[in-house]
Amino acid sequence: MYRQASRLLTRALSGGGRRSTAPSRPFSTDLPAAPSEDTAFVEAWRKVAPNIDPPKTPLAFMKPRPPTPSSIPSKLTVNFVLPYQSEISNKEVDMVIVPATTGQMGVLPGHVSTIAELKPGVLSVHEGNEVIKYFVSSGFAFVHANSVTDIVAVEAVPVDRIDPSLVQKGLADFTQKLNSATTDLEKAEAQIGVDVHSALNAALSG
Amino acid sequence: MASTAAAVPFWRAAGMTYITYSNICASLVRGCLKEPYRSDAGAREKVHFAVSKWANGKPEKSSIRSDSHSE
Repeated sequence: MYRQASRLLTRALSGGGRRSTAPSRPFSTDLPAAPSEDTAFVEAWRKVAPNIDPPKTPLAFMKPRPPTPSSIPSKLTVNFVLPYQSEISNKEVDMVIVPATTGQMGVLPGHVSTIAELKPGVLSVHEGNEVIKYFVSSGFAFVHANSVTDIVAVEAVPVDRIDPSLVQKGLADFTQKLNSATTDLEKAEAQIGVDVHSALNAALSG
Repeated sequence: MASTAAAVPFWRAAGMTYITYSNICASLVRGCLKEPYRSDAGAREKVHFAVSKWANGKPEKSSIRSDSHSE
């Protein structure tokens, strides 16, 4: 298996090198926006039912994705969604700091395209002088080339909705469970509990 | 040629999937909220589904389960 690896690697590299000016598969933000109307369908519709308006397709309702600007924009557009509601939608901000598994990551306009997995931690949105902080349980952050940042989380609460006494109690509980855990699964669950509660603790004090 | 062993997170090494991990994190966070947010969030966790086993192309019996998130 590994004897072929060097051959495959060089083939992939030279293939990439030849097409280095134009990537073989463009990023979604570099593609032209899909047309909101299918002209062939609309023409066929008008032939059959000229008095009825053709139905709109979902694409007609969607706003086209903003293209990648040639110069670095001055503001970041943030979308922050939860499964049950959309917290921030198309807001222009200066910076967001996301709690990635690799550490707190600051996203400024012009940030390189990134997909970051989030760990339990504090997400802060900086706009001028005001900072809005949310505690995020876990999720992902997608930074696109056109300085649009999409953050998806399962659960996110403003930091002032966290109850400190419950956090302390949970931390003590799970630390104790971690010490008494036997199976791998129990240890993992207890470790998750300890991680989440210590992150909550840090969010309350930080 | 060293084999690339990606550092697996501890929960995946223990056999847990990302969705399970994410749901556990979310329910722990919900459990640490102040009232009334806590009861609002509790309503989000409720799951209601019906399970039926099939045999010979016909459903045998269906049991309706209404679980709140419990490990």
